[in-house]
Formats: sequence, C-alpha cells, structure tokens
Amino acid sequence: MSTSTASTTDSSSETGGAAPGRRPTPPLFRRGEDFAPQLGDAAVERIQGPFGEPVWAITTWADGRAVLSDAERFSREQLDLQGVDSPEERRRIRAGNMLTLDPPDHTRLRRAVTAEFTVKRIRNLRPRIEQIVDDHLDRMEAHGSPVDLTDAFAPAIPSLVICELLGVPYADRHDFQSRAATIIDFTLPMETRRQVSLEMRTYMRELVQQHRRDPGDDLLGRLITRRGSGDDPDDLDDDELAGLGNLLLIAGHETTSNMLALGTLVLLRQPDQRRLLVEHPENVDAAVEELLRYLSVVHMALPRVATTDVTIGDVTIPRGDAVVVSLPAANRDPELVEHGRDLDLGRAPTNHMAFGHGIHHCLGAPLARAEMQIAFPRLFARFPDLRLALDDDPDFRTETFIYGVRSLPVAWGPIDAADETADTTAEVAR
Amino acid sequence: MRIRADHDVCIGAGNCVLSAPAVFDQDDDGLVELLVDEVPDDEREAAEVAVRRCPSGALTLED
Repeated sequence: MSTSTASTTDSSSETGGAAPGRRPTPPLFRRGEDFAPQLGDAAVERIQGPFGEPVWAITTWADGRAVLSDAERFSREQLDLQGVDSPEERRRIRAGNMLTLDPPDHTRLRRAVTAEFTVKRIRNLRPRIEQIVDDHLDRMEAHGSPVDLTDAFAPAIPSLVICELLGVPYADRHDFQSRAATIIDFTLPMETRRQVSLEMRTYMRELVQQHRRDPGDDLLGRLITRRGSGDDPDDLDDDELAGLGNLLLIAGHETTSNMLALGTLVLLRQPDQRRLLVEHPENVDAAVEELLRYLSVVHMALPRVATTDVTIGDVTIPRGDAVVVSLPAANRDPELVEHGRDLDLGRAPTNHMAFGHGIHHCLGAPLARAEMQIAFPRLFARFPDLRLALDDDPDFRTETFIYGVRSLPVAWGPIDAADETADTTAEVAR
Repeated sequence: MRIRADHDVCIGAGNCVLSAPAVFDQDDDGLVELLVDEVPDDEREAAEVAVRRCPSGALTLED
C-alpha cells in the first residue's frame, strides 16, 4: 500500500503515475481509491516535496496542529523563494499575499479583510448563493443530459460568488481560471508560473485602480475606502491590494470548485452516503464537514521553514529545513476520528484540519461551507437519479496543490446508449 | 464556567460562532466577541468544542 518510507527522497524508483513529459507525482500528492495519501506510517517523514526538494512531512493530527499553530518556529516568510535572490523582488512577489507572510504583516493584511468573511456576513449572502446555484441547475437542465460537472457547475458557482463579492468581472473568468490553474500546477517550470503570476498582478492592479476611481459596494471598493488612503501606517498600497485580491480570487474558486466535483463523485460512488445527504437535510452541516475531512482537497499545508532546531517525536528537524503537514493524513488520524478511511456522513463533525490551522486558517471557510451546504443538497434534489457517465476512473488531477478531476461527466433521466457515451479517450491518471 | 477571549490573537475564522452561537459572536472587525460572562450549563459542551476548534488559540477555558 504505502510506497514511501522515511528515507525515500529519490523519486526515480517510484511510480508516481506521471503523464508523459512530467515528473512523477510526489508522494504527498498521490491519493488512493479512498482519497488517502500514499505515505508511510511514520509520524514525521523525510520525503520529496512538490518541486522535488526534500521536506519533512507531518502526518499526524496532533503534531500537524502543533506545527501550524507555531508561526514563530515554523515561518512562511523566511522560506526561500526558489530563484529569487533580491529582497526587493521577494517583497514584491509576496506583497498582499498574507499566506506567504508572518506577523506583523500577516496580521495587518488579515485584519483588513476579516470583517468581510464573518459568519454573519456570509449568512446574509446565502439567498444570493441559493439563487446562483438554482440558476446553474436550470441551465444544466435546459442543456440536457449528459453534462460535464467541472464545466457547468463546480467551478461556476464559487467563481461567480467570489467575483460578485470582490468586484471582479465574471466575464473575465476564463482568463483568471486558466491563470490560476497554471499557478497551482507545481510541475510547470517556475519561470512559467512566475510569468503568469505577474500577469495576474497586472490584471488585479488595473481592477484596483478602477476601484480607486469608483469604489462601488464590493470588497475591493470597501477595502480601498477603509484601508487604501495611505494615511494610516496599517493601510495597504496598490501592490498589497492587488496581491490580496488575487489571493482571495484564487482561493475563492479553486478549492470549493474541486470540493464540489470530488464530493459529487464520491457521493455518486457511495449511494448509501448519498442517501444520508438526501434523506437528512437537517444534517447537511455535519455532512459537509465529513466531506471536507475525507476529501481534504488541499494536499498539504504550504511549506514552513523551521527557524530553530525542533524535535517532534523522535525526529529533530534542523533549523532551515522545510516542513509540510499532510492534511488528508492528519484528517485520518485515529486520534481525531475512528475509521477515518471511511466516509460517514452520519458521524458527528470532527475537529478536522481541511481548512488548515493556526494563523493561516482559511479566511473564507464560512463562505466555502455555505456554498457546499447549499450546492450539494440542491444538486441531488434537482437530479434525483444523477449518475456518473464514465466507463472508467475519472481523470484525476495530480500535479496541482489542490486535488481534483479534469472532467466529471454526469447523466440523468432515462438511460439510453448515447447518453452514457463518456469521453473514454481521456487519460487516466494511473 | 468562564471563557477568556484574546482579541490580539483572534484571526476571525468564525469557528467559535459556528460551534456555539449562543456564546460567541464576531464584532464589526470580525473578531471574537463573548455574548455571556458565565457560560450556562446547557452551553458548556458547545463552548468547549468552540475552544478546541479555535485555530488561533485565542480562547481559553477558565475554572
């Protein structure tokens, strides 16, 4: 079952299911049938990170929490940026992207947007999210069976929601979705990803400047009105506003989009679980927590660097080494959950780490939860006989920081032969 | 039972409000706000869950 050991750093002997021309998938990003990561049994493993570099991977819930809640000994900001030597360039790349920063800059940026994602604010957005979900279901119905869920539904809902919330034109979605897909693909050359990241900055800077002229009632507008004047030392400059805007835009659609697609896949494969969702709408919140835990679409908490020698269990991590936490592994730890390899929508919500932990815990968690709590039940209520229109495994996406599928053909209504013709030429990841 | 909430540590994730809405709210800045001085007995369990789920460690149980 497990293909890596604590001492494995060489990928050449491994079968990572790589597509032609690509490096084998590092172990942190390989998932089994049950979505469990393909790691060994050790609590701390020395393995290959996303770029082929050695990292310490934490696989337990308690140690994962300890690492992620200790921003002093495990720094995001002091992590080297590969190929970027000038401090000025590093500053520009990180400007506004609080996920790459430590306090105090992280605190200042996070505080600037915390009020936008409160439980109350998101609750007020629910009627609009419901309408967006229903509109897309109408369109699926009008189109007729079959459809590709990764086209018609999964990315559309969170993208439209985050566009309206931020003040980003939805008409630009194909551009920003494709740029986001490039940035999160760790198998592409760093040069390519940096270039696209610069294009994203240019795009968002233009939006920031438009909002400076005409703030409007959206997040970017409110942020500029409250924190964009430069009169207060805590204010944000245009670089920071653009960096923060891009972080919210990418995080706001990539994660929920893949949760919706993979969640639908797993519910269609496990009819008893789907029945729990459909027959117990009062338990939808717990059901979504279980899907979050089980799927853990974010493979790992982004790398930290140890700022001092740190001992975890019987392993001493030397100062300067990179540390990651495998979120799907931690979320299956027996200390957190019994039978964690099973999906059980009936279980009480667990204290899972699908949204991370510590100061970088997902800001948009209340929004992501609301989107899923609304979208899953409505999808299955609209199409009670929804089924996979696939002859084989779906085409899993293994080369990005967020797990997903490239397409998910689904069908409903009377079964006829033409209906079930899935795209079987799609390459199967492994 | 009382709870101490540290505003300087809070990151406004909202997990406490979702876990124990009768005990916690978020202020205009999105940071934790205690709705009660003393946690009523029937909210005790929910409040303890909220403390455990706080990602930033801003909440502490007292007594």
